[in-house]
Amino acid sequence: MNVAEKKALIERDSLIGKRIAKMDAPEKASGKTRYVHDIDLPGQLYGKILRSSRVHALIKRIDTSKARALPGVHVVITAADVPDQRPIGVAKDHLPLKTDRVRSQRDEIAAVAAVSEEIAERALRLIEVEYEDLPVVSDAQAAIEPGATLIHPEPHGVEHHHLSLKKAGAPVAFVGKTDNIAMRFDYAHGDVAQGEAESDVVIEDTFRLHYVTHCCMGVSGILAEFDASGNLLMYSNTQVPFLHKREFAEYLNMDPARIRIIQPPIGGGFGSKLDIYPFEVICVFLARAARRPVKMVFSREEEFLASPTRQPVLLTLRSGCTKDGTLTFRQVHTLHDNGAYTSWGATTPFVMMQTFSSLYRVPHCDYHTVAVYTNNPYAGSFRGYGNLQATFAVEAHMDKLAEAIGMDPLEFRLKNAQEPGEVTGQGMTFKSCGFRDCLTTAATRSDYRRKHRENAARQKDPDPVKRGIGMASMLHVGGGAKIYPSDGCGTILKLDDFAHVTLITGASEIGQGSETVLAQLVCEELGLPISAVTVVNNDTDITPWDVGVHASRTTFIAGNSAIGAARKARAKILAAAAKKFDCADGELELRGGHVIRADSGEALTDLARLIRSLHFSDRAELVMTTYYYEPPSQHQDKGFKGDVSAAYAWATQVVEVEVDTQTGIVKMTRVTGAHDVGRVLNRLGIEGQIEGGVVMGQGYALTENLMVENGVVRNPNFRDYKLVTAPEIPEMDVSFIESMDGEGPQGAKGVGEAPAICIAAATANAIYNATGVRIYDLPFTPERVYRALAGRAEKPVLKPWQPA
Amino acid sequence: MPLKHDIEFTLNGVSTRATVPVDMSTLTMMREVLGLTGTKYGCGEGECGACTIVVDGVSVNSCLMFAVDCDGRQVATIEGLAADPRADALREAFVAHGAVQCGFCTPGMMMQASHLLATHPGADEETIKRGIEGNLCRCTGYRKIVDAIASVADKAPPAAPGQGEPS
Repeated sequence: MNVAEKKALIERDSLIGKRIAKMDAPEKASGKTRYVHDIDLPGQLYGKILRSSRVHALIKRIDTSKARALPGVHVVITAADVPDQRPIGVAKDHLPLKTDRVRSQRDEIAAVAAVSEEIAERALRLIEVEYEDLPVVSDAQAAIEPGATLIHPEPHGVEHHHLSLKKAGAPVAFVGKTDNIAMRFDYAHGDVAQGEAESDVVIEDTFRLHYVTHCCMGVSGILAEFDASGNLLMYSNTQVPFLHKREFAEYLNMDPARIRIIQPPIGGGFGSKLDIYPFEVICVFLARAARRPVKMVFSREEEFLASPTRQPVLLTLRSGCTKDGTLTFRQVHTLHDNGAYTSWGATTPFVMMQTFSSLYRVPHCDYHTVAVYTNNPYAGSFRGYGNLQATFAVEAHMDKLAEAIGMDPLEFRLKNAQEPGEVTGQGMTFKSCGFRDCLTTAATRSDYRRKHRENAARQKDPDPVKRGIGMASMLHVGGGAKIYPSDGCGTILKLDDFAHVTLITGASEIGQGSETVLAQLVCEELGLPISAVTVVNNDTDITPWDVGVHASRTTFIAGNSAIGAARKARAKILAAAAKKFDCADGELELRGGHVIRADSGEALTDLARLIRSLHFSDRAELVMTTYYYEPPSQHQDKGFKGDVSAAYAWATQVVEVEVDTQTGIVKMTRVTGAHDVGRVLNRLGIEGQIEGGVVMGQGYALTENLMVENGVVRNPNFRDYKLVTAPEIPEMDVSFIESMDGEGPQGAKGVGEAPAICIAAATANAIYNATGVRIYDLPFTPERVYRALAGRAEKPVLKPWQPA
Repeated sequence: MPLKHDIEFTLNGVSTRATVPVDMSTLTMMREVLGLTGTKYGCGEGECGACTIVVDGVSVNSCLMFAVDCDGRQVATIEGLAADPRADALREAFVAHGAVQCGFCTPGMMMQASHLLATHPGADEETIKRGIEGNLCRCTGYRKIVDAIASVADKAPPAAPGQGEPS
């Protein structure tokens, strides 16, 4: 160590809150990133799936002989070739390859593995299938009527002679159902009858929320290979690798320890990859049968037809308040169109009921959902997870109730907004809560009060283009969600001889920037620049367990885990340095890649030099640590009560629109958002999450609509399914409320889903402010808006339903 | 088997020969015949822009162009742009402005942006938004992509791939 270095002073520096470029961005911007679509293995075959040409039918005959005879075809499989296949999915009601009947347009009948995609496709066309059509059930309300055609009338799954394959706890067959009810959710706190009796104003409306789908720019894909010992390797786009490992083992009747999942960079997730889908299991079946690697990649049309959707919902909300603006009760009935099979969409009530029970203070709340089988596409999880739908209804009623009692809508919200320290009827405890700041910040920055008043006064002006402003707010989990036995994440951290950190995390990266935030948090503890960290996060043989990337949990859960591992490494380093420099640990700090004196900032040694001295000594000590973080949250009880997240995120978004009353065209001009994110960790990354979420919400509100008629998707392409494009985006003003959550990593809370949630609800309020017309169903397409302005809108109706 | 055709063209500045089926798209040729996987399949029908390349100075959805039509042309892909120091500023702008999330649209977006700036040096925000209208992005909400392009719009024009070397 030279003298100059010894006397160098190093100032305290922090990466927290800075604009840190995403670590993998240079590779991605150079076209060098290898997605699953870009990976080929020697000897690889190409898998393709034959899907149903009917929506609901019995399969009378399948003839694959011509396909099998086609040169270049290695394997053709149908359900008959995989007698051990088991039902998959959330309710275990879905066989990957269909046996005796098809229940939706996407249904898988046969699959081919061939030497090229072209030959595989030609082979599909040679497969003959004979059907006997059944009545199509495409309306959820009709599906629930007594006597409706049943979607799952009979058991399906492993037959009796295969029962010996059954492992404990693994369902081998779906038992069948005598009605079309897939799932029910019933929640209550307080007494809504009492709440209604205490109300001065009571309103009730039915809302209809439509089908949209994720539209990840990278289509679905998988590459599966068995090694010579029968171990399975999958290159998968999954968002939940460790859960999938266990589930695949069940479906394949394998030891989970023999399954390895590698997650190449993924072309968009947004919740679409939380469930296992038939194509993944089928691809593994093909690889098993062919004894060759098999790659399966969707076409865009297939992506539209066979990917999950956001949950479509019919929802009736009854709400009340007193004249002084105090909410009294909420009563909710929803009908979820489950589609033909059950995925996560059916379980969105977990999140929806939180918004009804706990976004505002509601003394009495009653919530009921029935999810009903139809022959429609089935819904999965999608960023926001039911909260867009619930918020759409709640925030319409916040405006309507305020108007009914003659109160300013912002004032009405502030009067009922949750505050820090409150425990809701559902048992959620708001330790940090910046809701009021969100409301006032978004309102002030958008000049909400003045514009709202002036726009309403101008509704009758001659100008055909009306201006409107509307607000909506949201509550969402921000500290994980304890749904599985563990909501935790593991970290392994090592420093090499050059003080370069390898952060091995269970957390999955899906483009949201988790790797960069996790690296920042480690750098903060170890006083290193971001370039000193490599993140390894994509291989179940290497990374420690994590429940997966969902519920806006990764920054919070994996962040705390990374901090835990880094603090252990820091303690080891400082203890060694203290010994070397004959002082107490507390007198030293890590800054700028050096060990320094905490009081003066004087650099004592280069960190790499210190670590080498630990490594190359008689009693070698490598700096390696592990940490597992489990958040202090609770599982909900059977009544859905409990403090399910370690922290909760809040936001208010104000949307401004121009409505052309002559054409029905709604232009979103400006979105002002205020988000309680706990603390900003990476300003660049969090802005990107918010802006992307806003525009996704804009699509949900205005342009996106997966049109399903009699079970058939009518617009499986980007020409007819309209994503928002660059010229249409609104001006965006984003503020962050830093409530510094006590449990959050450096005070941060989750934000991934939040920005998409309020946009449609705020847009509905803005259109009302502009025109005096309220529209109860989405999306706000020109036709729908024009009809509504002309007084010809059909208001959605949800027939009351009681269980038999 | 479909008829095959021999073609010769300039790919990222290098004279290239290929034998391709007459019904093969340029996108498939790039990815599967020439091993250049930076150009992405997003829809296969010219609606998303993930496969944008530049041919004789014009940006093209490579999924809609037959491979045989590359014969005799100057073709540039993201691999060419990535290797061209004149495009460093644009790539650095995408990185620094947070224009990249999942990154799947990014190569097409980079190609479209470089073409836009070559043909519209000094482009304003409205021109940039119109210029990338045909490129879909599901992650970013476009704001940071527009910012990234705008940040280099009034600097020296970046590489104009496929337009040949300046004489």
